[in-house]
Amino acid sequence: MNVELKDIHKTFGAVRANVGINLAIPAGTIQGILGENGAGKSTLMKILSGFIRADRGEIILDGHPVVIRSPADAIRHGVGMLHQDPLDIPPLRVIDNFILGREGGLLPGEKEAGRDFERLAEQFSFSLDREAYVDSLTVGERQQLEILRLIWLGARVLIFDEPTTGISAAQKEKLFAALRLLAEQGKTVLFVSHKLEDVEGLCHRVAVLRQGVLVGEAKPPYTTKQLVEMMFGKTISIGDRNPCGSSDVTLRLQKLAVEDYRLKVQDVTLDVHCGEVIGLAGMEGSGQALFLRATAGLIRAVGGRIELGGHDLTGRNYQIFKKHGVAFLPASRLEEGLIPGLNLTEHFILAEEPEGFFINWEKGRKLAQRRITDFNVRGTPANTVESLSGGNQQRALLALLREPLHLLLLEHPTRGLDIESTIYIWSKLKERCQQGTSILFMSSDLEEILQYSDRVLVFFSGRVTPSLEAATLTTEKLGELIGGSGWTELASGKNA
Amino acid sequence: METNTTLIGLAGVLAAAAPVLFAVMGETLNERAGIINLSMNGTILLSAMGGFAVAYTTGSLALGFLAGMLIGALVALIVAFSSITLHQSQVAVGFVLALAGRDLSYTLGAPYMNQPGPVLTSWSIPLLKDIPILGPLFFQQNLMTYISYLAIVVAWLWIFRTRPGLMLRGIGERPAAAYVRGANVNLLRYIYTLIGGALIGLAGPAYTLSVKAGWMGTQTGLDGIGWIALSITIFGGWNPLRAAFGAYLFSLLQWLGLVFQTNLPGIPSQVLQVAPFPLMILTLLLVNIGDAEWVQRSLAAMPAGTRRVAVRLLRAMRASPPASLGVPFESE
Amino acid sequence: MKKNTWVNLGFQVGALILALLITTLILVAVGAPPLKTYASIVSGAFGSKDDVLEVLITWSPLLLTTAGVLVTFAAGLWNIGVEGQMVLGSIFTTWVLRLLQNSQVPPALIIVLGILGGVIGGALWAALAGALKTFGGVNEIFGGLGLNFVATALTIYLVFGPWKRPGVASMSGTQPFPESLWLPTLPKTELSLWALGISVLVIVIVYFLLRGTHLGLRLKAVGKNPKAAFLMGIPTWQYSMFAFLLCGAFVGLSGAIQVVSVYHRLLPNISNGYGFLGLLVAMLINYQALWAAPIAFIFAALNIGGVQLQIIYKLSSSFAGAFQDLLVLMVLIGEGARQRFLGKG
Repeated sequence: MNVELKDIHKTFGAVRANVGINLAIPAGTIQGILGENGAGKSTLMKILSGFIRADRGEIILDGHPVVIRSPADAIRHGVGMLHQDPLDIPPLRVIDNFILGREGGLLPGEKEAGRDFERLAEQFSFSLDREAYVDSLTVGERQQLEILRLIWLGARVLIFDEPTTGISAAQKEKLFAALRLLAEQGKTVLFVSHKLEDVEGLCHRVAVLRQGVLVGEAKPPYTTKQLVEMMFGKTISIGDRNPCGSSDVTLRLQKLAVEDYRLKVQDVTLDVHCGEVIGLAGMEGSGQALFLRATAGLIRAVGGRIELGGHDLTGRNYQIFKKHGVAFLPASRLEEGLIPGLNLTEHFILAEEPEGFFINWEKGRKLAQRRITDFNVRGTPANTVESLSGGNQQRALLALLREPLHLLLLEHPTRGLDIESTIYIWSKLKERCQQGTSILFMSSDLEEILQYSDRVLVFFSGRVTPSLEAATLTTEKLGELIGGSGWTELASGKNA
Repeated sequence: METNTTLIGLAGVLAAAAPVLFAVMGETLNERAGIINLSMNGTILLSAMGGFAVAYTTGSLALGFLAGMLIGALVALIVAFSSITLHQSQVAVGFVLALAGRDLSYTLGAPYMNQPGPVLTSWSIPLLKDIPILGPLFFQQNLMTYISYLAIVVAWLWIFRTRPGLMLRGIGERPAAAYVRGANVNLLRYIYTLIGGALIGLAGPAYTLSVKAGWMGTQTGLDGIGWIALSITIFGGWNPLRAAFGAYLFSLLQWLGLVFQTNLPGIPSQVLQVAPFPLMILTLLLVNIGDAEWVQRSLAAMPAGTRRVAVRLLRAMRASPPASLGVPFESE
Repeated sequence: MKKNTWVNLGFQVGALILALLITTLILVAVGAPPLKTYASIVSGAFGSKDDVLEVLITWSPLLLTTAGVLVTFAAGLWNIGVEGQMVLGSIFTTWVLRLLQNSQVPPALIIVLGILGGVIGGALWAALAGALKTFGGVNEIFGGLGLNFVATALTIYLVFGPWKRPGVASMSGTQPFPESLWLPTLPKTELSLWALGISVLVIVIVYFLLRGTHLGLRLKAVGKNPKAAFLMGIPTWQYSMFAFLLCGAFVGLSGAIQVVSVYHRLLPNISNGYGFLGLLVAMLINYQALWAAPIAFIFAALNIGGVQLQIIYKLSSSFAGAFQDLLVLMVLIGEGARQRFLGKG
């Protein structure tokens, strides 16, 4: 089926997620959609698959403009989406998930569906046990189930959102074979990814989004350099970097291994010095968040050692880490960082060691006012935190940190903030460095990583590069690594 | 004890379990959709009184039962509306309704106290009633008891063997996945809550028009039944068959309590009545223990092989409660 | 800001009116004259000196349970187990009194120890619900519910078993304690100023605790956002358990007072629904401790005023309860409607 997206616009509050996107995809094509986090790929795909509606613009399928109001609508028109975390129902069996959603009578018709299932599975060389429960399947197998289901429902356009995250190499091969077969059958495949190697090896064409705009298209043969440039923009001049490292080791990690049900991060060895800033680069879900939380003591590592200032903290809980001068700032400010319903004064009082039994409100207010002024928070001590803007919430979170700190762990410190707030926050963070605090931060903004880090670790599917001197990296190189390319060269020699 | 007396006693157990079964099947349905109806105790009392009042006034048993179901559905509507549309806490509203239903039943029921009303008579099923042992046990009951057997079967078949039932399970476990598959999640939640409410409402008149006919105010003996039915629902793991087992077990224990009282007067019957609750707590304990932080940390400390086994075990036990229970659904 | 206060007030008054409307309809349905009934309630509660004393006597335990659940609500917990906690308080108090009543210990001391026992009993029962939640992941609603019934069963077992009255066991409870073990009352009345004083003291303590102490602020932080509170360094499970313990202590105290001051024995249903009623009061006052005393007083007045309705109008004694329940229901729905249709105030 031919797909055409015409002049698609979507704005969320102040964020312009899709700005005038025009894209035409002929049937039988595997179309790659590239872009970094926040570029607008997810929004565009959600619009096409019926999850959200565009503010303006048209969707045209096989020459007919269509209106898609819901995912059910979309599948009726033949558009199906496979989410990064497949939207299946784990406690049910494979065959149940296969049948569910297909319109029909009272009885599920398991026998007939089972026959169709086996037939389709054979076509794609998937070996799935239809009686197995979905929560016992691997991600790759769950994807295969979704593909079969969507085909069975008559999908002629299939959207794949970051499908190769968390699946094995063998499963990836199977997936790619399936995608090629789908294209041969005349179906249209949209392949959204940040992994350059996959996109380069699979897609007939590539479209690149950046900051809501379609910045370019490419056809094979692809040059990585060209794609990276389109994704991340030209290298801008990096301002003065003020390294403030010393030689004392604050944090020592030895062969750290962390895992959750999807991802395994293994064998990270790192020495972080006083006042050093380490940037953790990589796309969402590559393992940095896991790694950061393990370093904070929030989750327990499954292997390796964590030493802070000479003390072995492996396996201890977060409260102990905190006592040793570690602080963790989460990315979701209102869900994990601040307490909606309480005002700034109350937050500052909570952050301090309680003095005495009764709260000295006057003292607390004065403290809050001091911090508010110090950190330029636009708000008063009596303001509730949910009434502050994002930038001010982040400043408040910083202001709540105690001194002195040995290690500061930041999850996306400037996400969603304007330039002014970003620069201000980093100036405050650098102040901390001068005082000897080491910083580990994760970010999807390459410029931020390169500008403020002394060294960089790149995460990709749970694999971690050895630490790289930021001064030797370019946006291009970093983009490459984030996309999964250039790792072998790294392994064979260029270490820091 | 003679076989005959035992059989009669056991038949009584089946009959007495009918109200509880209706309530449990109803609550199982709406919890499967993701809504807790904490008002059960109040609803049952109110529908018991209301159903009796209508039957007494009109002389029609059928109208009485219908009225009970209507009352149940209405209370459930309040819970659904507060929760799905107003996004208020299901617990708060349900809890207040539990108390309100109870107080209203006693207040509005005053004119009907101790009045003789119509009673459902027993109706033995021809042929089946003559089967030795099973006949007198199962097939010499009244209509409501037969319907209660049906309710278990229909509930189970619906949930596990039909297409809409599959969608119900989907909605309860992962509403986003159900939404993608075309379900209007909130509408379906309303519908299931109403149906569940109607069944819970049926429990009331099933008692006051059948098991122990008449409305006797606080002496009716129904206060607490709703809470017990709630805990049996949880013990039943949201599976009608297991829940039915729990309901029959409870009814059996009640009967045994009376039996023991005559033979072993030291232990009061009420003690056996509490059995569902420790069972419920135990079930919840086993089901939720995998989420506790200390368990997660212990898992990480285990060697990889042991950890894999432990994780599988915990995930297997975890299968029971609908994951979205109590959580509002937004499609954006 | 001002406009919001008026809107809020409007919704609350609206809730009251709606509740009154429904109760009026109920009265009409059962054949009781509405206006006269309401007047009866008021006169039943405040008509004579004895009536007012009765209200005060009822006020004490209710104030204590309300104070207790305000603490658990602050910590974000639905402590449905209050009824059982109160009962365990009564059980422990009875146990201590029975243990010491024939000993050489001075009666005043026995009473004090009995009350202390009640406090411990309530706290322990609450700790059980707390432990089930914190370490077992059992939701405190169902844990509390289950424990309520276990507590009731325990009471019945004791009253009909080991602690039964010599001769015949009966629903009227255990053998009443001698007057020496009664909490002293005002002459010629049943009102104990001690009970009153303790309950007022407790609600004042809770008020200041939640409003002006570090402990209270941390409890609130845990209640509103346990994840953020944890990241800030607050040991959430400890605060949760503490909330359970403190609430259990206050509620156990209430149960103790029921034994030493009101009934002077253990009987089934000694908690008289005050646990759940405390939850209702707390919901109605939107968890602001400042309003606990007056609203609890009004609810107590409704209870007492409603008693004689049975005699005069053949109205069930549950009528007062129905009014209380409907009021809270209307307020909850009104709150939901306000938030949903007018945006959060």
